Formats: sequence, C-alpha cells, structure tokens
Amino acid sequence: MSELIRVGMADYKVGRAPASLISYGLGSCVGVTLYDPAMKVGGLLHIMLPDSTQARSNENPAKFADTGIPLMLKEIIALGAVRSRVIAKIAGGSQMFKFANATDIMRVGERNSQAVKVVLKDLNIRIIADDTGGNYGRTVELQLDTGVYRIKTIDKGEKEI
Amino acid sequence: MSEDVLKLSAMQLDALREIGNVGAGNSATALSQIINRKIDMNVPKVAILPLGDVPDVVGGADAMVVGVFLRVYGKAPGSVLFLLPKDSAFYLVDTLMGKERGVTKTLDFMDESALMEIGNILAGAYLNALSHFTKLTLLPSIPALAMDMAGAILSVVLVQLGQMGDHALVIETEFLSEDDGIKGHFFLVPDPGSLDTILGAVGVK
Repeated sequence: MSELIRVGMADYKVGRAPASLISYGLGSCVGVTLYDPAMKVGGLLHIMLPDSTQARSNENPAKFADTGIPLMLKEIIALGAVRSRVIAKIAGGSQMFKFANATDIMRVGERNSQAVKVVLKDLNIRIIADDTGGNYGRTVELQLDTGVYRIKTIDKGEKEI
Repeated sequence: MSEDVLKLSAMQLDALREIGNVGAGNSATALSQIINRKIDMNVPKVAILPLGDVPDVVGGADAMVVGVFLRVYGKAPGSVLFLLPKDSAFYLVDTLMGKERGVTKTLDFMDESALMEIGNILAGAYLNALSHFTKLTLLPSIPALAMDMAGAILSVVLVQLGQMGDHALVIETEFLSEDDGIKGHFFLVPDPGSLDTILGAVGVK
C-alpha cells in the first residue's frame, strides 16, 4: 500500500510516486493538481477563495487561487519537476445550496473555478482535465505514479480524469 | 493582523455558550413537540477551530450528511446549519411521515420539504430565543437542503469566514432523541462582523 497523504482545506501537499495525495469533501473549493508525468512528481492544492487581494486576511497563501498555485508550482519544481512539462487537472467549484437570490459568496464555487483557470493560463500551464461545477461534493485523489486524478462523489459515481 | 476570534476572553466565550444554550434549548423543545419524543441536548460548545478542522466535529469531511442551511438576516447576520448523519435524517423523515423506522432510504421531494421545514422551525426557535436574549432582531432566510459530504456542505459557511481569517467560531449543539435514533448538530456561525454586535448586546464587549 503506497502512502496516502491528506490535504486539508486551504492547504497543499507535494510528493512523488508511488504516493497519492487526497482531499476529502470539496464543495465550493477547488482541488488543483500540478504534475510532471516524466518525473512523476506533483502536488494537490485545496483552495477556498479566488483572490487574496479581496480578502481581509491573506496570511495563508494556500487558501487562494492566485497565491496557492504559484507556491505549489515552485515546490514541485524543487522536487525535480520540469516547468515546461507540468500539466494541471482541476475539480470542485460546486454550488452546494441553490438560493433564488444567490449572492456573490454563494457563487464562490464558480468564481473559484474561473480564478484557477486564469491563474493557470497566466502561468502558461495547460489544463488537461476539468471536472468543475455542479451542486455536489467531491473527494479527490491524485495518484502520483500515473497522474490519474480520481474523483469520488456520493451519487454521481466515481471517475478518473 | 491577528484574528479577533482568537482574542476572546473566558467571559465572552461563556456568554456565547449561554447564547447557544438558550437558543438550542428552545429548538430542542420545538423538535421534541413536533416528533412527540424526548430530545436531549448537550451543553453547547463554543469552538474556535482552524477552518479545515470544522468538518471533524460531525465525523469528518467525507461523512455523508443531510444539511439544512439558512442565512440569518438582521442586526447580527450569520449562518445556521442543521446537520444530520444520513441515517438520522432518514429516521426523522420516517417519524415525521408516520412510517415504520427504516422505510425511508432516499429523500424524495416531499421528504426534503419536510426536513427543510424542520430546519426552518428549529432555526426560528433558536433565533427567537437569541433575539429575545440579545434584543437584536434576527430573521432566518428560507431554508435550502443538500445531502452530501460534510466537508462540502460546511464549506458554504467556512468560505465566508475564510475571507477574514483562518479560524471559525462555531456555536454547536448536539441533539439526541431518547431512543438514540435521531442525532443532529446545530451550528450557529456568526459572520465576522456580527460577533462584536452579539457580545455588545449581552454586555461583554
């Protein structure tokens, strides 16, 4: 059994094969993975909010898309990943409760997904798989030996992207 | 900048616990009258937790729960979340609908509606008591329901707090029916600015 490393909310972890990185119960949060298939190193980041400049407290860079992704990229490069080979997969960004007059904060899932895509584009990192949106929770797991991103849900089944 | 919730005094935490006590006591009575069964509640916990640890209170981020969520409007806005483990929610539906225990295995539209109404009544009872105690006007929004992973459901309230800090102040009470079949967690999560208002209203600012 290879090592399973748990990633909490507003946190990230990096590692190398054969370990797996897992984060449980994502709702409006987005699980961003960065992976170098040749070196088999990668990371999983569990962001809560799109933009650190809009928040009153931004001490934890892993909480935000704009600060968390560059930080994790730096760390996987330190582990041996080659910048030009790094690919991304993303999942999460749900809206768990539907309200007629959804305020901005209720639509944070959508805003998180958009922010992640913008940040990755600015960093010139290709998103090769995307499972964002919907109104259900996800548990996500990045398997570092294959780069498979496995997504489990309660009643939308399980898939690998 | 350090966070306000980490600076609360023992007296302020006691005051918040008492608020939880008054509110949850009223809710427990309401629930017990609806289902005609004795409902026990524990002493409310006032917990200041790292955001990521909040789902552990209800059995972990991937625990399957039913959540009824309401926003609180008025002088001290916040969120109310009533969380039940899946089996408890099904048993509660059986009880409400006059079915044998174990009949409900999924939630249909009527079941969801019944649970939302329960959430509505509990939140109403809670906020009523809280309003009375603090002399602050507090009104619940219409309820919304989701059955999913605890982490996903809780993220709705945690995200809001995440803009202000890395810790959540939750006032949490556990309900338990006398036959142990129905167990639920009731959370009141004041918006960051509301904490001062509530503490001021009870004179421990």
